[in-house]
Formats: sequence, C-alpha cells, structure tokens
Amino acid sequence: MKNCAKYLLINLFCLIIWASWLTSVSAASQRLIVTGSSTVAPLMSEIARRFELQHPEVRIDVQTGGSSRGINDVRRGIADIGMVSRALKPNEDDLHAFSIAMDGIGIIVHASNPVRSLNPKQIADIYTGKITHWKSVGGPNARITVVNKAEGRSTLELFLDYLQLKNSAVKPHIIIGDNAQGIKTVTGNPHAIGYVSIGAAAYEAQRGTPIRLLALNGVTASVENVHSGIFPLSRPLNLITSRVPQGIIRAFIEFARSPQLYPLIEAHYFVPIDTD
Amino acid sequence: MRDNQQLHTVHRIRDRLAQCLIYSAVFLVGAVFIWILADLARGGIMHLSWEFITESPRDAGRAGGIASILISTLLILCVALIAAVPLAWSTAILLVECMPAASSFGKTVRFSLHVLAGVPSIVFGLFGNAFFSIYLGLGFSILSGGLTLACMLLPILTSTAEAGLRAVPDTYRLSASALGMTRTATLIHLILPAAAPALAAGLLLGIGRALAETAALLFTSGYVERMPGSLLDSGRALALHIFDLSMNVPGGDMPAYASALVLVTLLLCINILAMKLAYGLQRWRIMT
Amino acid sequence: MFRLIPTDRLLIAILRIFAVNTVLVLLLILAFLLLESWPVLMQLSLTRFVTDTSWHPLEGAYNLMPMLAGTLLASMGALLLAVPLGMSSALFIVFYAPSHLATLYKRLIELLAGIPSVVFGFWGLTTLVPLINQWHPPGASLLAAILVLTLMVLPLITLTAYTALAAVPDELIHNAAALGLSRWGMISGVALPAAGSGITAGIILAAARALGETMAVLMVAGNVVQYPETVFDPIRTLAANIALEMAYAMGDHRAVLFVSGLLLLLLVMVLSSIAGFLEKQRHA
Repeated sequence: MKNCAKYLLINLFCLIIWASWLTSVSAASQRLIVTGSSTVAPLMSEIARRFELQHPEVRIDVQTGGSSRGINDVRRGIADIGMVSRALKPNEDDLHAFSIAMDGIGIIVHASNPVRSLNPKQIADIYTGKITHWKSVGGPNARITVVNKAEGRSTLELFLDYLQLKNSAVKPHIIIGDNAQGIKTVTGNPHAIGYVSIGAAAYEAQRGTPIRLLALNGVTASVENVHSGIFPLSRPLNLITSRVPQGIIRAFIEFARSPQLYPLIEAHYFVPIDTD
Repeated sequence: MRDNQQLHTVHRIRDRLAQCLIYSAVFLVGAVFIWILADLARGGIMHLSWEFITESPRDAGRAGGIASILISTLLILCVALIAAVPLAWSTAILLVECMPAASSFGKTVRFSLHVLAGVPSIVFGLFGNAFFSIYLGLGFSILSGGLTLACMLLPILTSTAEAGLRAVPDTYRLSASALGMTRTATLIHLILPAAAPALAAGLLLGIGRALAETAALLFTSGYVERMPGSLLDSGRALALHIFDLSMNVPGGDMPAYASALVLVTLLLCINILAMKLAYGLQRWRIMT
Repeated sequence: MFRLIPTDRLLIAILRIFAVNTVLVLLLILAFLLLESWPVLMQLSLTRFVTDTSWHPLEGAYNLMPMLAGTLLASMGALLLAVPLGMSSALFIVFYAPSHLATLYKRLIELLAGIPSVVFGFWGLTTLVPLINQWHPPGASLLAAILVLTLMVLPLITLTAYTALAAVPDELIHNAAALGLSRWGMISGVALPAAGSGITAGIILAAARALGETMAVLMVAGNVVQYPETVFDPIRTLAANIALEMAYAMGDHRAVLFVSGLLLLLLVMVLSSIAGFLEKQRHA
C-alpha cells in the first residue's frame, strides 16, 4: 500500500507538468472561438469565413448551444466571443456587447396548415394546453403538437416574456434546442407549432423547407416589419466579450459590424444596424 | 397408462408451443434488424459517392461530403489510442506477469477497471468537460475529446489484453525461466509475440467502441465541421455528424443516411477483422 | 519472483507507474464529479431533488424525480421487451436452429451489437417516430424510447445468454435427453437453471446499459420533463437531460447536472457490481 502511494505521488507530479505544458501550448495559437446563440451562428460562420479570407493566419471556430452558453463560455474564458440573441440583462454588465443585427421571433407551422394568423391570447392558450386541437383556431381536425425550446435559450425567454407566461406553465410535447431543430421538427410533423428566429425561418422557407411563418396579431412576420419596428417580438443580436476587445478580436467585431457585410446580413433575413 | 399418454400429449403440445414462440420471436428480431439495415443501405447508397468521401461538408453538411469529419475522427481516435494503449497494455502485463492474482495492488486496479467499464458515456463526457476542457484549459478540442475517449477505452483494452496474455501457455514462462532469461526478455521475445493476435483483436474492438461514441465527445471535442488545423482545434466525429445532421439540419437526412452507412460499414469491417484474429488465435492455440 | 535483476526491476517500476494511472483515472472522475457537484450538495438539502415542483433550473426548481422515473420506465420497458426476445434468440441459436442458420443468426446479432447508438437513434427518428406519430401524436414518446432501447440491449442479452447456455456442460444435456425429457422440458428444467446466474448477470448489464444510454433516447423521447401518463407521452431521461442542458448550464444548474451524473454513476455501479457478484458465484 505504501508503494501504491509513492507511485500515485510520482504520477500526480507528472500530470501537473503535463497539464501546464498543455495549457501553455493552447495559449500560443491564433484562434478565435465563438460560441452561443444558434440564431446568430449561421450568419457568424459566413462572416468568419470571409474574415479568414482577409486574415489567413486566423482560424475562427463557431459553435452553437444557446445564448446562455455564449455568456457562460465567455465568462469562463472557454470562448473569446459569445453570440447572444437578446439585449444583456442588468446582472450581465460585466460583459461588453456589440450589436450586429436585429431579428424577430416568429411562430411557425407546417406549410400544409391552413392557419395564417394567431393572436397572443390564442398562442398562450395553445402553449398552456387550454387549446389542444387545431379546429379551435380554424385549422384542421388534429391535435396540436406543441414544440417548446429548452431552457437557457433567449428565444424562449423573449417568447415567454411577450406572452407573460412562466416556463413551468407551458405544456409542451417536444423540447428542442437549436432553431434548426425546431424547423426540422415542424417540417416532419404537419400538426406542430413552434417558434424560432424569423431570420432562420425565412432563410429555410426560401430554400424550399415546408414551413410557414404566422402573422402575429395581424402583423406579418417579415424582415420589413422587424426593420420598421411594428413587429412586436424583436430583439438585437449581440456579440459579447469579457474584456474590452483588443487586437484580432477587436478587428473581427469591427469587421462584423462594417457596412460591407450588410448584404450578407440581409441575405440571412436579419436587419443590419446602422452604427452611426 | 392412459395418464402417461395424456402427459405425453401435453408435453408435445407444450414443446410445439415453445418452439412456435421462439421461432416467431427470432423471425421478428431478424425482420426488424434486416429492416433497419436495409433502410440504412437504401437511404445511404443513393447519396454515397466518391466525392462524398473526399469533399468537406458545405452548407451545414447538406452538400459536400465528410472528408474533414473523417480526418477529425481519425485524429480523435489516434489521440485516444496513443494515450490509452500504453496504459492499458502495461496494466495488463503487470496484472498477468508480475503480480500474484490476489495482491492488493492487483485487486485495486481490477476493481477500478470493473467500475470504469460500467460508467455511462455521458458521465465520461461530464468529466472530460470539467477536467480536460476547463480545468486543463484545452477547450473544445480534438485533444480533450481524444483523452476523454482514452479514459473510456482503458477497461476494454486492458481486459482484452489480459485475456490474451493469460492465454499464453505457462510452459513458455517456465522454459524461459529455466533457460535463465530475464523477465523483460521473456516478455519481449516470447510472450508479447505469442499474444499479439489477441492484443490486435482487443485494439480493434477498442477502435470500434471509439468510433461509435457520441455522448462523451459532445462537450469535449465540440462540433466544428471544418478541417482541423491542429490537435487543439475542435473537430466533429462521424457519429456526432450523424447526430447533428439528423437533429439540427432541415434537409440533412440524406447525408445523415450516407454517413451512417459509412460508419456502419467501417465498424463492420473492424469487427470482422477482430473476429478473424480471435478465431486465428483459437486455431493457433489448438495447434500448440 | 524473489530476486529480480535491475532490468526487470526497472520494467516493473515502469509498468507500475502506467498501471497506477488506471486507478488514477477512476479517482479523477469521481473527484471531479464530486468537486463540481459539491456546491449544490452543500447548499441545497437533498430533499429538494425530490420535493421541488418540477425541473425548471432557471426558476430554481431542481426536482430530479420525473426524469428518474422516465429513465427507469424506459429501461424497464425495454427490458420487458428485450428479455423474452433475447432469450428466445439465444435458445434458438443453441438448441433449435440447424448449425449454419445458427451461425448466420449469431453473426447478425453480433453485427447489431456493434451498431452505434446514434445510428439507432437516427433510425428511430426517421422511421419509428413518424410511424408512432400517425398512430398517436406526437410520436416522440416513451414508446419510441422503449423500442429503440430494446433494439440496443437485445444483442447484449442474446450474446450473454448464448455464452451462458453454451457453457452448460454437455453431460447435463445428454443425461436429460437420456431420461426422455422433452426438448422444452430439458431447456426449462436443466439448461436454464444451470445457466441462470450468467443470464441474470447479462440482463443486469443490459439494464445498466439502458439506464446510461444517452444519444438514442435524446433523439426519440421528446425530452419533456414530466411523469408520463401513457406510453405516448414524451419523457426526458437523466442522461438525455445532461446532454441537452450541459452546454449552457452555469452555477447551481451545472452543479445539479453533475449531481445527476453522479446519481447515474451510482445506479450503474450498483447494477454492475451485482452482475460481477453473480459472475463470481457462477465461477465458484
């Protein structure tokens, strides 16, 4: 047993040396890690690709996981930049936010569903289980499959905030993570209802995915209405950092906010923000 | 006499019934599994082509292929094996060659391997995330994914190597010892070559296990689908690619089928190879 | 063993240093799980995991029971289906099938044992869930989870039962035949009792596998935290919960996820030590 302890000590010692070597190696490389909101991620991947063309020595990795992950990773130093698809909360003022675009949250159904518009009361009733059949809101005779987002997603927070619901009151049938998963779930189930980023939904619908954005209170869920501010559920898309950005991080954020990217942002059905 | 005959009939009926049930169960199992395999093959072959293997994924995996994913998978696998194989095999050698079976050290090692073998892969993922990614600061990288997998592979590599070494006849050790060979020389010149097929078969089983793993890699190697530039880049393993395509990419089912077909074919080849080696070993043992 | 020359001593020292690492890995895993879940284990009383309203980590409610129930229900349902099917398959291979068919069938089962969980999950998502959805929406449900888990543990049960049955000494079988026992009488009266502990150990290992399975269940179960009322209700299992929320969890929430990982580890450890005990009894 004494021998055992001796070998354990030697091992721990080696482990510490090895660990510090690994840490020093990882600090040396020229890499930007961007994590967070799945709403921003597709746009960010494209921006990162263009940035890499201009700066071949830099490598940018984009990963999704929700706005909370973006904040969390940046605070813990795992990511250099976080993507957050909402405004920062008061208890998050230790972080620096840079808006790159505006987006809305739209209700989506399958393209074969005849329902065109819902009001907030109906949506709240569907999500709390008071309305369970499409017939009650002028649709086909079928049970509604309620698709809700997992906690920690800012789309969920804003949606519940708008309907003034608590997540514990929602009676979902399927819980999804990324926007794309929500779109895929609704695509595969003709009687499902879900809510995702308008940008993501419009982008997919234009590529032929069978989904439709519903009008909310009679206001069409479109980029124009988000732009003019009459769509009730809209939000800024932010990049966040833990310190005042320097060097390559700063260059990247400035690049992401520069006017030359407006066409790209519009192609993803988001609304560019004029910095001036 | 009639009682006896009645009993006999009852037994016959019971026998028939059992046979019917067993045959129908087997038929059901076979049919379902052939359904799955046929589904995978049918869905995958349509999308599968040479370009699919040699191109990198574009448009979140809807277009392009899986080249960068295969490279990432290979790198994760290499890291895992480089880390796990020396540990596992030297543990096995120590347990078989240098330790009496009842020693406290041997018991401790064996017990911890037994426990490790039962740990669910998601728990390895939790550990890998907390230790490699955050505590050691490796972030989401091929290195932390590979090291997490290495922890997972330790039990299977050790137990297969141990079984292989134990299968080497004791006469080898006794004759070598009678010839005055050192233990080191015996090990290198006699025992390891004799156990080589078993070690290789165990290695292949470990590779198969590593290729199939998803949950442990979700929070350690991340899921960036690009060609990795170094071991510290995040890389997406093939199994994780299937997961992402099927869950998060509308219109991603076809490439997911094709990737699943590639993965299953790879695993099939590896398993057949491992079985061949194990079979060859059996024959070899009969001959000596 | 008694007097070792320097090279041998060196070899053994090196081997020991490597071997200690395997122990170290287990210690590290336990240490980190405990370390990460420590804040919550200290702050919250353990009863909160049972008495909170439900699982709403952002509202500070950490009831693990619905997910534990979901995990247990899915695993037990899968075992209920897989044990008869797996046993039949093993009996078929050992006692019923002609030898070439037995080999073929065994190869098929071995092939299935190697199919990764994510592929089963993918198949469940694209084939099973739409089928169940047509029958009774929403499709992603406890039933889907049970069926996918059944497919995953079935090869394991079949192969362990096969090994145990094949290890029954031939004399026993021949004696039974000589006594004029019918085939089923021989199986139920002689073969199954003789292979009993081995088969039970295999079933327990399968249960451990089903409890810890993550990806396949995550893909087909719907992931709603609730006590299911029918098999068509969606559920979330402990392992799927970790995979789903780990990415963004912070503070107490993250610690509770590590607690659930610890819980899962303990469940599986208890099961696998029972299996190990049974194995030992069989060999004794």
